Amino acid sequence: MNDLYVTCEDIISDIDFKTVRDWKDRTGGKAVGYFPVYAPAEIIHAAGMLPVGLAGAGDRLDIQHADARFGSFICSIVKTTLELGMTDHLAAFDALLFTSICDSARNLCYVMQRNFPEKYVDFLHLPHNPSSPAAAEFLASEYRRLSARLEELGGEPYDEVAVLHAIESFNENRALTRSLCDWRAERPHLMKASELYALVRAGNYLPVEQHTEMLVAAGAEFEGRAAKARDSIRVVVEGAFCEQPPIDVVRIIEQAGCYVVDDDLTIGRRWFTEDISTDGDPMMALAQAYLDKSVYSSVRHDFRKPRSQGLVEKVRNRKADAVIMLVAKFCEPAYFDYVLFKQELEKEGIPHLLIEFEEKLFTFENLRMEVETFAESLLFA
Amino acid sequence: MVDWYQKLAESAETGTPPAASMMVSGACVELTQAFDVLPLYPEVNALQLAIRRQSLEPILAAEEFGYASDNCAYVKADIGAYFKGITPTGSPLPKPALVLCNFVGCNTYVKWFEHVSVIMEAPLYVLDVPFLRAGEPSADAIAYVVRQLKELVVKLEEITGKQLDMDKLREAVWCSSQVEEYWSKIKHLARRSPSPFDAYFDAITLMGPLYVHRATREGVAFFKQALEELELKAELDREAGVRERFRLVFEGPPPYPHFRAFRDMFAKWNACAVASTYSTVGGLWEFGARHDPDNPFESIALHMIEHNVTNRNMQQRNEQIKRYVEEWDADGVIIHFVKSCRLFSAGQGDMREYFSRTLGVPTLYVESDLADPRYFSTAQLQTRVDAYFEALEMHKSARTSAHVG
Ligand code: SF4
Ligand code: SF4
Repeated sequence: MNDLYVTCEDIISDIDFKTVRDWKDRTGGKAVGYFPVYAPAEIIHAAGMLPVGLAGAGDRLDIQHADARFGSFICSIVKTTLELGMTDHLAAFDALLFTSICDSARNLCYVMQRNFPEKYVDFLHLPHNPSSPAAAEFLASEYRRLSARLEELGGEPYDEVAVLHAIESFNENRALTRSLCDWRAERPHLMKASELYALVRAGNYLPVEQHTEMLVAAGAEFEGRAAKARDSIRVVVEGAFCEQPPIDVVRIIEQAGCYVVDDDLTIGRRWFTEDISTDGDPMMALAQAYLDKSVYSSVRHDFRKPRSQGLVEKVRNRKADAVIMLVAKFCEPAYFDYVLFKQELEKEGIPHLLIEFEEKLFTFENLRMEVETFAESLLFA
Repeated sequence: MVDWYQKLAESAETGTPPAASMMVSGACVELTQAFDVLPLYPEVNALQLAIRRQSLEPILAAEEFGYASDNCAYVKADIGAYFKGITPTGSPLPKPALVLCNFVGCNTYVKWFEHVSVIMEAPLYVLDVPFLRAGEPSADAIAYVVRQLKELVVKLEEITGKQLDMDKLREAVWCSSQVEEYWSKIKHLARRSPSPFDAYFDAITLMGPLYVHRATREGVAFFKQALEELELKAELDREAGVRERFRLVFEGPPPYPHFRAFRDMFAKWNACAVASTYSTVGGLWEFGARHDPDNPFESIALHMIEHNVTNRNMQQRNEQIKRYVEEWDADGVIIHFVKSCRLFSAGQGDMREYFSRTLGVPTLYVESDLADPRYFSTAQLQTRVDAYFEALEMHKSARTSAHVG
């Protein structure tokens, strides 16, 4: 494996957040961790702080304390995030930000607030009614509130130009990410899903400009690759928008006979379908983009367009043969969406396989067999 | 409630009055009342099926359809019952003219109503209510909800072919304010010792009318009478020297399929709930909030954002329970973890930590479910409850002797 991907895998599996601590040492700035899926990183960046996308602890932490606080029937990421806090792994973060993705994440926000009173812990309400003309103004007011709180925390005072620049930097990063995803969908035999995943997710922990350089380097390296395509089915992986599966799960899906042509892993890093406008009030531009230009996701509600339609379009656009529903155990938004996704996929004649995962405790061999059987049934049908 | 089910059956047969599906929590029933639109509460259906022990069959049907064993069992009971043609009373339920998702805290609401809308092919409107973060909602949050309420008015005008009658809306809001006053007084009766009613197990019988009839004159009369009866009972209990042995605060919804058995576990110890968070799902009024007929839209918005437990954060819920313990003079807290309901249950272990460790309030934490009968283990629960009361007894006598000494 190329050095770049080794670096990325190291970064994403580091629960001591060395990149974040180094950045803080270098700049003297503050770091804001945000719980998946999406957060307006531009605003944090413009305040001179480092936005960091949290993603649980994977299999690198034994849960000693968090089980007693969150009990049964709650997904892993909620517990491992709390465990990270209780074992001092989140010491580098001056603030923690949560959004309205689900009830477990929301309650975690306030459990964090109670247990870590020294941190600024806040909750952004991302609107569930984008059809209302009032939604954009409300969301912009949320963003302004965040910006003011960051300033109180010692961030740079609100500066429209700084936010516009931040939007430009993130636009560039997202555009590159989108083009790598397109490139991968065209030539999945040249770019492993696990590579793209590690590369994109590494952006959660780095300053955006640095990550953009990585994406550029990766793009150039991909262009030089050559290999023969194997017999594999083309799949869309859907459902791991928040809690992330062990990277080996992604590898096994590929090794077992699938080309992953699209997925929603770390979807927050490619949340927008096009560039966010850099005209006018940047807070309104960010809000409007959230409402009208973001991808469908199980935690973003927009009843103007069913999410199942978004999934079917993705399958068609990527010329995929099937969908692998990769769902975190106890993730209620994913469980609910599965019901309507399943109906729609069946109606459209698109085969699917449902896999549940947890951050830890994964029976890889069963998974390999299941995916192999699924892929073979389609290849030799 | 019988009357309400009758009206729903009429609506199912004739199409009038039209019905709107709504969620109990933060329901803007004043607005539907102003249009004579019948509220239809899927949660109440699910609850009725569960308490009548009819929820398992629909839950299994929903799981067959694709729902996970860990999805909220209320949703599965409701949707499964629709598939199976089961209703709580046996009489038909109308197809909603509008599926109105008043999103108040619970993310499952959005999913549930989206599914209802797809499955029943009925139009959906999501009224998005910003979660309560700080002590009071921001002006932006209130403005956002008010504007959506006005969008909703247009929808209701379309459905009913009527214009909004502001006097009628004010009247509905006034009725709610009166009901809230009576209900709040009822809640405060439980501060007496002995409490004339159980604010968890008995409160549930008053919660249905609160959601269905709150904005009507019948509702006002009903709650006035309920208050009078309970005041009388309080007086009689006092004279007869009735005493409760333990005063408790309950957190979380009850296990409806095993309601009786669960209740008996506490009755055995002559324990009485003097307050509960569950009884504030529809509205939190015992601390003074009321609808305001002079500001109908703003006060409906405030009720949705601020004055119901589901839209308030965990720290605020802790604070609410703490006030109950102190002001309602309770001996302990019972946390009923409901596997279905992450809104209530996610993080309840931390709440236990807060009450038992930080505040030193004896706290019991038990797990089961509110609609799925498969998650209730009588023997295990009884053992836990008994052990809790034995310890509580010791705690109380230690406290009393310390006090006397
Ligand atoms: S994995 Fe699912 S249930 Fe867990 S926090 Fe994320 S969205 Fe919520
Ligand atoms: S999750 Fe809880 S509040 Fe939400 S619908 Fe289910 S039982 Fe009700």
